[in-house]
Amino acid sequence: MKKLLSIFAVVAFAFSAHAGTLDDVKNRGFLKCGVTTGLAGFAAPDDSGEWAGLDADMCRAVAVAVFGDRSKVEFITTTGKSRFPTLASGEVDMLARNTTWTISRDVNLGFEFVGVNFYDGQGFMVPSALGVSSATELDGATVCIQTGTTTELNLADFFRLNGISYEALPIETNDEGKENLFAGRCDVYTTDASGLSSTRAAASNPDKWVVLPEIISKEPLGPLVRHGDHQWGDVVRWSLNAMIIAEELGITSENVDAQMSSNVPEVLRLLGVEGNYGEMLELSNDWAYQIIKQIGNYSESYEANVGPDTPLEIARGLNALWTQGGILYAPPFR
Amino acid sequence: MNEMNEVRKPPVATTGIIGWLRINLFFNWTNSLITLFVIYCLYQFIPWILDWTIFSADFKYNYLGEQITNQEMCSRNLDPENGGACWAVIYVRFYQFIYGFYPKVEVWRVNLAYFMLAFALLPLLYTKLPYRKYFLYFTYIFPVIAYFLLNGGLGFTEVSTNKWGGLLVTLVLGCTGIALAFPIGIMLALGRRSKLPVISMMCTLFIEFIRGVPLITLLFFGMVMLPLFLPEGIDMDGLVRVLVAVTLFQSAYMAEVIRGGLQAIPPGQYEAAKSLGMSYWRMNLLIILPQAIRISIPPIVNTSIGLFKDTTLVIIVGILDLLGIGRGTLADTNWLGLSYEIYFFVSLVFFIFTFGMSRYSLYLEKKLKTGINMGAD
Repeated sequence: MKKLLSIFAVVAFAFSAHAGTLDDVKNRGFLKCGVTTGLAGFAAPDDSGEWAGLDADMCRAVAVAVFGDRSKVEFITTTGKSRFPTLASGEVDMLARNTTWTISRDVNLGFEFVGVNFYDGQGFMVPSALGVSSATELDGATVCIQTGTTTELNLADFFRLNGISYEALPIETNDEGKENLFAGRCDVYTTDASGLSSTRAAASNPDKWVVLPEIISKEPLGPLVRHGDHQWGDVVRWSLNAMIIAEELGITSENVDAQMSSNVPEVLRLLGVEGNYGEMLELSNDWAYQIIKQIGNYSESYEANVGPDTPLEIARGLNALWTQGGILYAPPFR
Repeated sequence: MNEMNEVRKPPVATTGIIGWLRINLFFNWTNSLITLFVIYCLYQFIPWILDWTIFSADFKYNYLGEQITNQEMCSRNLDPENGGACWAVIYVRFYQFIYGFYPKVEVWRVNLAYFMLAFALLPLLYTKLPYRKYFLYFTYIFPVIAYFLLNGGLGFTEVSTNKWGGLLVTLVLGCTGIALAFPIGIMLALGRRSKLPVISMMCTLFIEFIRGVPLITLLFFGMVMLPLFLPEGIDMDGLVRVLVAVTLFQSAYMAEVIRGGLQAIPPGQYEAAKSLGMSYWRMNLLIILPQAIRISIPPIVNTSIGLFKDTTLVIIVGILDLLGIGRGTLADTNWLGLSYEIYFFVSLVFFIFTFGMSRYSLYLEKKLKTGINMGAD
């Protein structure tokens, strides 16, 4: 099935390789961005029907880069299965949909991941009453696990490597996992750490649950575009990088106007005061300034959507800047 | 002697409430036991559910009198001992549940369409309506009006179907699917029984193929494969693709339901019609179909209710119907953990519609006396 899909993707791509996506987007007047049908902290409609979340901010940042207006974006909801064909057929210009960057998706499906906007990984959640502080102490535990996912394989690998046993309780959806864990039918629930955080936040008493420190898989989530349209890929890539660099340089939506008269050369280059980087991307020269002004830097977006002050309470961890113990690292802006 | 003629009343124990109770609830000891058990269950359950859904529930304000804007402010999260349901989430999100992301300034168009839908259904549902003929004209042009109202065009601003959602999508899918599937289903049923081998084979093939795959597969095909086959530039709307899949699916089922009705018509009816010199179409339209459809009412309503509920499957192709909006709400960090309220509300809305359909079908059956043994004479 996967092979078949990728063949279709390639065929569709062959037909759609015409004018650049950037021109299409500009002519259309708004960006079409594929997001999830609702995932806490990443993309979900708020009370007024506006999409909010880390991935939604990514979409808005690209819209701001192209149009200078954060509202010039149409969110298209996609599911885990429909996301790739939707992108391949040109129904969306980009995906910002919690998609793990893997070699097969990058190469075989004919997409291009332009960066990582969230480093996730599979984790474990247990009741704090269990008194467990590490996943290696989980010998003999009953584990709620979504069937047919990579998490299932990672789990088997992890327990085999550590020479401990477990009993799997297969479930289909996140909701089911949540109910089973809360009802005590399994001792451990395992899925991506961000998913665990939202599950924990949904509990009536979140303090009764702990997410264990072990992360047993790499799940770099990032925005992706169709293979081959490098100009458009660059726009999306540098929209993400601009947010990360802005955090590095300490530029926030609050102080961006003051920073226009900074004496740091990279700040001036980023904000379009010096150089013509906007022109190189075929954007206006203040594109990065507008992103920071209207969306904020990476840290602002993170803190507002998934950070410790939100119900999800996800610490920066790997997603901190490389200067602060994380692995978030954007190429220099020059 | 007069006393002898006086009519004696039946024993108290067989009439009135007591008699009814005795016959229906306490006929023998097993019967009594079951009755008592059920009463006990209801006694346990009803006060609890009423308390949770109404008496202890928050509708807009919590017990401190604050207006609720996120789940932490719900009474049951402030004080787990006392709070009931937190309906504030439905209150705050009501617009999304009903209209999806339809722009607020244009929402009168959806309201007007809902209102006109009621008018369009009226002559179909009540045959005794005065001036029914004129109402029916309106019913025929209603789909066109609704299309322009909801989608835009003819001077209305266009509202992309990406912005549709909630009950609007559920009703559009349900109504269009049911309304289009009915005539297509009739044609397929007649086609399958046709004496012309090509037509009969094509109809049979279509029905068997569509019935042989799950609706999810058809939805995926419509959503995922179709755009890859279409030439560049022809951009078929996502909702339209789903509508096509839903309609094809429903027509195949409808065809089989109606074929069942056709087979129940005794051959004498066909022969009688033919002996009057009626053509194939006149015979079917005037003699056969009215009878066949009449006896098929229960299964027709059955598959229609089934389709109405199946529309929730569109979530897997990324269209947010009523249930999809509910799930989206659960993914908002402000409303995490309110799944009971949201699923309760969604099921209540579905129940209202499906129960309405089923009661209407009972009314129709009674009116048309479908129960009589046709062809007995």
